[in-house]
Amino acid sequence: MDTTPSARVRVRVRFFARYAELVGRSEAAVSLPLPATVGDVVRCVREDFPGARALPERPLAAVNLKQVKLDARVRDGDEVALLPPIAGG
Amino acid sequence: MGWARSHVRWAEHVSFLTRAAISIDVLLADVSSPGHGGTCLFLGTVRNGPDEHGVTAIEYSAYEEMVEAEFGRLLADARGRWPEARIAVRHRLGTIPVGEASIAIAAAAPHRAQAFEACRYVIEEVKRRVPVWKKELRVDGTEVWVDPSGRPTAKPSHV
Repeated sequence: MDTTPSARVRVRVRFFARYAELVGRSEAAVSLPLPATVGDVVRCVREDFPGARALPERPLAAVNLKQVKLDARVRDGDEVALLPPIAGG
Repeated sequence: MGWARSHVRWAEHVSFLTRAAISIDVLLADVSSPGHGGTCLFLGTVRNGPDEHGVTAIEYSAYEEMVEAEFGRLLADARGRWPEARIAVRHRLGTIPVGEASIAIAAAAPHRAQAFEACRYVIEEVKRRVPVWKKELRVDGTEVWVDPSGRPTAKPSHV
């Protein structure tokens, strides 16, 4: 675990389907100053990874396997997933 | 992510996902009971209709850990609405040829109305909530991600 005193949150970001193709990877580690929301994670990813600029500014998102809104807070160690429009069935 | 599996409450399900052909017999056996006189079986199959531009197969992918968790929540919701119903569901992943089932839902209830309603509820909620994606593989070699919220995004293959 991170033992530095700075108030930052580290999250694992996962990309799926078309988003994974656009970003060119299926996951990334992102570090953000606290407090941070899912929307902040999306902004950070879009800035840090060239292919990620093609992602929508407001994608569907999940935290720890549950769909959330972009204003949901993230905590250290969370898994944030960016989900293309769902097309199952 | 093994912890996600423990969110699945029903011990009879190893997984809601399969990469092999879906066994309808297994699903029907899961829901059958002497007190359940109506069973509704829904199959979603890979289609190549006039709107599909020569689809030969669809490649299904998923956020698998979340699919397991979401199916668990979805079936718990269905059981809240139809407490007497018995419901079983499988979603297939990987490359599925035209005509084969990508999803099967079996819902049994004491009477047919609840069986139809519960089955319909589950497929509509799957379409809304379960993180699965599909890429159409077409006869001309192109591959197209399906976006039900808008137009498919054309993308040449081998890129």
